[in-house]
Amino acid sequence: MALGAPSLGPPPSALLDVRNITKRFATGDGEIVAVDDVSFSVAPGEFVSIIGPSGCGKSTLFNIIGGLTGDYAGSVTVEGATISGTHPAIGMVFQEESTFPWRTVEDNVAFPLEIAGVAKAKRMERAAHFIALVGLQGFERRYPSELSGGMRQRVAIARTLASEPRILLMDEPFAALDEQTRLLLGDKVLQIHHALQQTTLLITHNLTEAVQLSDRVLVMTYRPGRLKRAVAIDLPHPRDSEVVSSAPFGQFVAEIWQDLREEASRGIEDAESRVRQQGTR
Amino acid sequence: MTSATRMASRNRARAVGAASIVAVVALVEVLIGAGVINAFVVPRPTQILLAIPRIVVEEHVLHRFSQTAQEVLWASLLIAVVGIALGMLLFRFRPLRLAFETWVGALAAAPIVLMYPLFLVIFGRSTTTIVMIGFAAGLAPVILKTVEGLAGTRKVLIDVGRSFKLSSAQQFRKVLLPAALPAVFVGLRLGLIFAMINIVGVEFLINFGGLGQLINELAERYDLPGTYGAILFVILASILFFDLTERIERWLRPVE
Repeated sequence: MALGAPSLGPPPSALLDVRNITKRFATGDGEIVAVDDVSFSVAPGEFVSIIGPSGCGKSTLFNIIGGLTGDYAGSVTVEGATISGTHPAIGMVFQEESTFPWRTVEDNVAFPLEIAGVAKAKRMERAAHFIALVGLQGFERRYPSELSGGMRQRVAIARTLASEPRILLMDEPFAALDEQTRLLLGDKVLQIHHALQQTTLLITHNLTEAVQLSDRVLVMTYRPGRLKRAVAIDLPHPRDSEVVSSAPFGQFVAEIWQDLREEASRGIEDAESRVRQQGTR
Repeated sequence: MTSATRMASRNRARAVGAASIVAVVALVEVLIGAGVINAFVVPRPTQILLAIPRIVVEEHVLHRFSQTAQEVLWASLLIAVVGIALGMLLFRFRPLRLAFETWVGALAAAPIVLMYPLFLVIFGRSTTTIVMIGFAAGLAPVILKTVEGLAGTRKVLIDVGRSFKLSSAQQFRKVLLPAALPAVFVGLRLGLIFAMINIVGVEFLINFGGLGQLINELAERYDLPGTYGAILFVILASILFFDLTERIERWLRPVE
């Protein structure tokens, strides 16, 4: 089992490099440091997960890397070029249901191609390819309201893949789904990752999901969000959800949980103390 | 739900609605026959139905229906174009919204129809006066619901647009406007109701053709079956316009 400390410098092979990111928010109770000096990099084709308790700044980091949040210290670079704002190299998949309800599955998936001005026949052909890749062939003409939550998230993934991003950035895309669906969709994500060699950065609070999918798991501390530890997951590829029953899988989960437990406990204590303070005001 | 089951369910609902109306009309007929409802105030539904061929031939109700429908159509088009544009403007420029939203709300509650003398002075005794009163009466709900619909667009959909680097115009056309459509159409239907009420009301008041004038004339002659028959044509116009807005909405946004 290969364990490692958080990366201290950008390796020359890095596709995505996140360097010394700090983000502060002003609140009614003073300033909160949501993300504190976070640095890591992701190599081409690598699947990296960032895991941490609620309130550790995971989603803030997602928004910073995706370019939706500005006004932060540090830098985000893709292939050595510093980016600010949204960038075509980074395709985002959101935690919330994000398909366009007024568009069919194929029109949703073809959306980024439509924006790019690709001719209709060509974009429908590309959309069909990505719809098949996420296993939704036969549902091209359906509307999101006719699909299950898991299917809608696959549409969102296919739509982002259709823009052919260098890096797929996902924020807990399966958080609203039940555990069994989540495991099976994990298989689908692994198949896609294997087929496209898609560089992927997943933000999650789910331990099994992180270990099932990743080559590397970065553990974050509870507020302020710092990188606590990087764990290399050297489970064999290709993987599927059966890996969760293996002994090494359990060891990785236990090991990460040791780090995470302390942070999650701090998060719960902090939430409880805030509720108490509100009660005494 | 597939489109076939959705259609079947919609047809079933429509059948239940139509059957309920028939049942209520039959009940009114029975109550009038039993003397519970005064026949000098409300004529029997059968008498109203029998009066329809008469008002078609003698009172040219179809011509009047066509005039009222055209006025409602013009007023509705104006309401849609100006109301949605103003709603977009108020959404886009927050200070404008803060300055005017309350006033627009107040306009929705104003009895515009009572201002008909002013409209007569400005536009003369013409169809334009009637259309403009309908327009003024129906404008506010479209503006308010357009602002509400645009402002209520889920943040994640806007973020999706941003992540694909949509320009402001694309974000508006491809994300905000389709997301706001259901609310915009609620506003359009409300605007249509306000416009219809005011148009028929002004026709009634200024005696310038249309169904409103006919209702006035028939009521003054105490031709109650004819009066109610003419009112049925107002209801018919309302149903047709409602159906039209529903069809346009389904065409623009097929499934919610």
